[in-house]
Amino acid sequence: MKISSLKVNISDDTLSLVFSGDLSLYTIASHQEQIAKLSLSTYKEIVIDLRLINSIDTAAALFIQNLQLENSTTLIENTKVQETLALVEKYTDKKSSLKKKEQRSFLEVVGKVFYNYYVGFISFMEFMGLLFATKFHYLKSSTNIRFKEIAFEINESAIKALGIIALTSFLIGLVVAYQSAFQLKIYGANIFIVDMLGLSILRELAPLITAIVIAGRSGSAFTAQIGAMKITEELDAMRTMGFDPYVFLVLPRIIALMLMMPLLIFVADIMGMLGGILVANIDLNITTELFLDRFNEVIAAKHFFVGIVKGPFFAFLIASIGIYRGLKVKDDTQSIGFNTTKSVVESIFAVIVCDAIFSIAFTNLGI
Amino acid sequence: MKHIIEVEGVRTVFDKRVVHDGLNLSVCEGEIYGLLGPSGCGKTTLLREMVMLQKYQAGNIKVLGKNLNTISSDDAQELRRQWGVLFQAGALFSSLSIRDNIALPLVEYTDLSENMIDEIVKFKIHLVGLKAQDAHLFPSQISGGMKKKAGLARALSMDPKLLFLDEPTSGLDPISAREFDTLILQLREMLGLTIVMVSHDLQSIYDTLDKVAIIDEKKIVYEGSLSDVKSAKSAFVKTFFREMK
Repeated sequence: MKISSLKVNISDDTLSLVFSGDLSLYTIASHQEQIAKLSLSTYKEIVIDLRLINSIDTAAALFIQNLQLENSTTLIENTKVQETLALVEKYTDKKSSLKKKEQRSFLEVVGKVFYNYYVGFISFMEFMGLLFATKFHYLKSSTNIRFKEIAFEINESAIKALGIIALTSFLIGLVVAYQSAFQLKIYGANIFIVDMLGLSILRELAPLITAIVIAGRSGSAFTAQIGAMKITEELDAMRTMGFDPYVFLVLPRIIALMLMMPLLIFVADIMGMLGGILVANIDLNITTELFLDRFNEVIAAKHFFVGIVKGPFFAFLIASIGIYRGLKVKDDTQSIGFNTTKSVVESIFAVIVCDAIFSIAFTNLGI
Repeated sequence: MKHIIEVEGVRTVFDKRVVHDGLNLSVCEGEIYGLLGPSGCGKTTLLREMVMLQKYQAGNIKVLGKNLNTISSDDAQELRRQWGVLFQAGALFSSLSIRDNIALPLVEYTDLSENMIDEIVKFKIHLVGLKAQDAHLFPSQISGGMKKKAGLARALSMDPKLLFLDEPTSGLDPISAREFDTLILQLREMLGLTIVMVSHDLQSIYDTLDKVAIIDEKKIVYEGSLSDVKSAKSAFVKTFFREMK
C-alpha cells in the first residue's frame, strides 16, 4: 500500500500543509480528518506544499482542488503533480451537482403503495381481458392449438411434480391422522377417523396442497422463464416474426396445467388416504379392510368430485398469475426475483380465496 | 518497455474443444493493445483469463508482475483494484443508479466521506462525457451508449493503471463509436493507462490500437503493429484487412 503523510507548520498567521509520499484515494480520508481539526479560516495565509509528492491520483487532486476553493491558498507544485491537477481542473463540473435522493413523506409513501396495488389490479384485469377477448378464439380451431408445447408443459410442470406432490400429501395425511387419532382415542371414537380424513382430505386438503406445491414449483417457473425471455428480447423477437407469444407461451401453459391439475389432485387424494390408513392401522388398530369398508359407507362420491372440480380453476389462477407476472418483468435482473416472489404469493392467495368461495357455494348448494 | 501483461503457452480447452493451444503475447506499459480474430476464436475468453474470470489448462499469465497461477487471494484482491474492466453490455448493476455504480468501489475499498465520493463520481462522469444530471438514473433507463460510458466511468473509479475493454464500440452508432475511440485515446493520454481491448470494429482498430495480436486456428498468427499486419499468413487477416492497401 502506498503511503503519504501530512506535516502542518504554523508560523504567525501562516499555515503550511506539507504533503509527501504517494497521495491517493486510500490516504486522503485521514488527511481530511487532520485538516478538519485545524480551523483554516483563522489563518491569513495557507500554503499547500506538494514538492515532496511522488505521485498523485485524480481523487487526491480533487481533494487538493477543494482545499483551494474553500480558502485563499498558495500552491507550491512540482512537475509530477502538475499534469494531474490540470486534468482535474479541466474536467471538474462546477456548475451542476448530483441529484440527491428525494425525501418523501409518510403519506406519499402510503399513497404510492396503495396506488401501485390499484394499478397492479387494473393491469391484471387488462391481461385477463386480453386473454379472454382476443386469445381464446384461437382455440376454436384445432389447428391453432399447439399440442407439442402442451405436451411439453404437461411433462415439465405436472408429471415432474408428481413425486413431490405425492410425498407432501402422504405426509399431510399422516400428520392429520396422527393428530386426530390422539383426540379420537379419548372418546373411543376410533372409527370416525375415516369420516374425518375422507372429508377433509378429499374436499379440501388435497386440492389445496396440490395447488400450493404447483404454485411454488410451476407457477414460479412460468414467471422466471417468461421473464428471462422478456429481458433477452425473445418475446419481442417472436412478435416481430409474427408469432403471438400468447399462442406459443401463454395458452399451452394454461391448458397444460388445467388438464393436469385434477389428475394431480387425484394422486394427492390417494397418497393422503394412504397416510391416514397407515396411522389408523398402527395407532388405532383399524385394519385396512375395516378402513376401506367404512370409507365406502360414509364418504359419498360427491366429496371426491368437489375436490377434483376445483382443480382446473386453481390451475387457471396459478398459470395466469405466473405468466402475467412473467410478462410484467422489466429490463433488469432484480425484477425477475421480485416478480417470481409476487407470482407465488399472489397465486397462493388467489387459490385460497377461490377455495373459500367454493366452500361457501358448495355448502349453500347442499353438496 | 516494461511488460504489464505476459501470456506464455496458454492452452484452453472447453470440454473436448481446444480453444487456445499455446498462446504467447506481451503487453507493454502505455500501449493500447488489441485482441483480434474471427468470432469464436477465443478473444473474449483470453480477456476473461487475464482478469481471472476463467481458468486455463496450461501455461502462464502474468499481470502487473503477478503470476495468475500461483497468486495468493490477497494479491489477487490487490490486483483487482489496480485494473478496470468494461464488459460488452456495460454490466452495470441494475439495482443501483449510475452514481452508486461508480461509487461502489470507492465506498467498499476506501474510507472517503460521502461528499468526497460525490466529487469523484462527478469528475469521472464528466471525464467520460456523461452529464451529472443523469447520475441518478438507473441502468434500465439509459441508452446503450450511456451504459458503456457509465461502465467505463465505473472501471475508472479507482484510477486503475490497466483497463480491459470487451468490444467497447459494439452496439454503438458510428458517431458514438468514433467518440468512444477519441475518449479512449484521451484517457490513455491523460491517465497514462495501458489498455487491452477486444474489437471487431475496423475503424476503431485503426484509430486506437498501437499493437495487435491476431488469434486464429487456436494460435497467435500475428503480433505487432498494424502496418505489417498483412505479412501474416492467415485467411482471417486476408479477408478482414483486405480493404487496407
